Amino acid sequence: MYQYTDFDAAFLKSRNAQFRAQVARRIDGSLTEDEFKPLRLMNGLYLQLHAYMLRVAIPYGTLNSSQMEKLALIADKWDKGYGHFTTRQNIQFNWPELGNVPDMLDALAEVNLHAIQTSGNTIRNVTADHFAGAAADEVADPRPVAELIRQWSTDHPEFQFLPRKFKVAVSGAPADRAVIKAHDIGLRIVKRNNDIGYEVIIGGGLGRTPMIGKVLYDFVAKEDLLPTLEAIVAVYNLLGRRDNKFKARIKITVHENGIDDIRARVDAHYALIRPQFSGMDQQVLTRIETDFAAPHFLKGDQAPYHNAYQHDPVFRSWADTNLSAHRNPDYTIVSISLKAHGKTPGDATSRQMRLMAALAKRYGHDELRISHEQNVILPHVHKGDVPSVYYALKAEGLGTANIGLISDIIACPGMDYCALATARSIPIAQEIATRFDELKLEHEIGPLKIKISGCINACGHHHVGHIGILGLDRAGVENYQITLGGDGSETAKLGERAGRGFAADEIIPAVERIIMAYLELRSDPAETFLETYRRLGLAPFKAALYPELRTAYAA
Amino acid sequence: MMSKPFTPKVITANALVEGDVIYLTATGWTRDLAEADIITDEADADLRLIEASAQEADVVGVYLAEVQIKDGIPHPTHFREAFRATGPSNYSHGKQEQF
Repeated sequence: MYQYTDFDAAFLKSRNAQFRAQVARRIDGSLTEDEFKPLRLMNGLYLQLHAYMLRVAIPYGTLNSSQMEKLALIADKWDKGYGHFTTRQNIQFNWPELGNVPDMLDALAEVNLHAIQTSGNTIRNVTADHFAGAAADEVADPRPVAELIRQWSTDHPEFQFLPRKFKVAVSGAPADRAVIKAHDIGLRIVKRNNDIGYEVIIGGGLGRTPMIGKVLYDFVAKEDLLPTLEAIVAVYNLLGRRDNKFKARIKITVHENGIDDIRARVDAHYALIRPQFSGMDQQVLTRIETDFAAPHFLKGDQAPYHNAYQHDPVFRSWADTNLSAHRNPDYTIVSISLKAHGKTPGDATSRQMRLMAALAKRYGHDELRISHEQNVILPHVHKGDVPSVYYALKAEGLGTANIGLISDIIACPGMDYCALATARSIPIAQEIATRFDELKLEHEIGPLKIKISGCINACGHHHVGHIGILGLDRAGVENYQITLGGDGSETAKLGERAGRGFAADEIIPAVERIIMAYLELRSDPAETFLETYRRLGLAPFKAALYPELRTAYAA
Repeated sequence: MMSKPFTPKVITANALVEGDVIYLTATGWTRDLAEADIITDEADADLRLIEASAQEADVVGVYLAEVQIKDGIPHPTHFREAFRATGPSNYSHGKQEQF
């Protein structure tokens, strides 16, 4: 993975020293909160409901074992012994004290991690397919270009005060595991003839006004990518609406001006700035690509895997749901579920972090990934080592066999932590998972993505959940709206609002009615929830959700 | 036209260094809502909000939160304030550990 240069290390050191001085000046009263707030946000520090929250970037979701160990140390030393992995491949610490944050940032810098641009109206942490470099269907590893974009966007002088935040995601495969169509810029690596290039999608986003991104260019050559990105963000920086926060994202700029108008402006700006890109960026990219060279894959005995698969039904069930095809047939991708039934989605204790780090070191070529679906991945595990990995995970509560199933729920922190939330998300996720575990229906139901947000900002991606749940405050009471048929993959689609919302004690039975309707309606057990929904539409599910309307539907 | 009657309030904020939820008392700040000073007069509320907001070196984000009085003790009326007064519902962290 990427190795920091002397320049990177020096930059981070000076930036941390600068923030340390800013914190000291805030505590001694030299800075007011109005002066300090933008400075702390630039360094990932929020003030939430109960405490400060430090959001640390995990660039393109990649960690090595010493980085994961450091996150565990930070959780123990300055927080409450756990961390929360988010839908943007960040980790959040929920309980730091202001005075300790500079030490936390210095500890992160020791392992090349930081919290820069995890907040504020800047280009945020660049996310990527969590199977990058391992997936069988991949055209190319998206991480080198994601790292190039991280370097280009970090402290970019023109883009520190954008109209609004700006999120970039990169996928290197035809299957979209990075929700690229719901990002300000989504990039997909494609091959034309024998040349690698990028499909550039802009103007996607969820939140208050959800939009699926539109293709700006179907093929941008490798060496033209950075000037293209610079032109896009420059056009947005000038044209984006600063008069209304709710209309300030690029999705609105694209929607109001039209993709053709935006393309003409980007083309014009591109022509102006292209000569300034001398090709230095491609030299940097070449060096980055060397850092991301594939590990030295081992040959070995696969018998332990086949043995365990044949003799241990619990292992078999886990292997069937939590393993994915690796590009090397002797290897597999292991998804570690952070969604044990009844636990908080995306949370890992320091003990669990240390175990995952140790397993990565021993069995996983020292690599870990964080997915936007709030799970951890060991991307390169030899099949012969899979049973050892599984039994070790299981002993620490990390052996849940539910990847892609109904209890593998995305949930934002919601009103249990977030100052912006309008309702809770976590308890709803916990109750759904617990309920369907009791019913023992999870595997029968098959692939199903439930995504829960505790406010309209949609950190929980509810618009692209097969079942989306949005928590709102209706006259001082938590109320949950359901959307159905959303899809965050390469066939991205926004879900449809089902109807009136449900009170907190009505939402679990409501989800259950949807699922029972699906089990009755599906043409055969192989037809997934999303396929059934696409075949039949909203009506039969609406009838199940709102029994009071059933007569009307039957008529 | 009658204006809306003033409902009881407390002044709340977060402590600058720890980030903890705090409430204004007659003499300073407390972490326990039960000890907060109940304000029943609008003019008094305005004045004390200005005074509390001026304590920039110690507190962040000062505002008035509505409460209901039961047995002389303030209780949150909105669920957001109830979470601030107790802590998150997924772990026994925050104030529920202390009070």
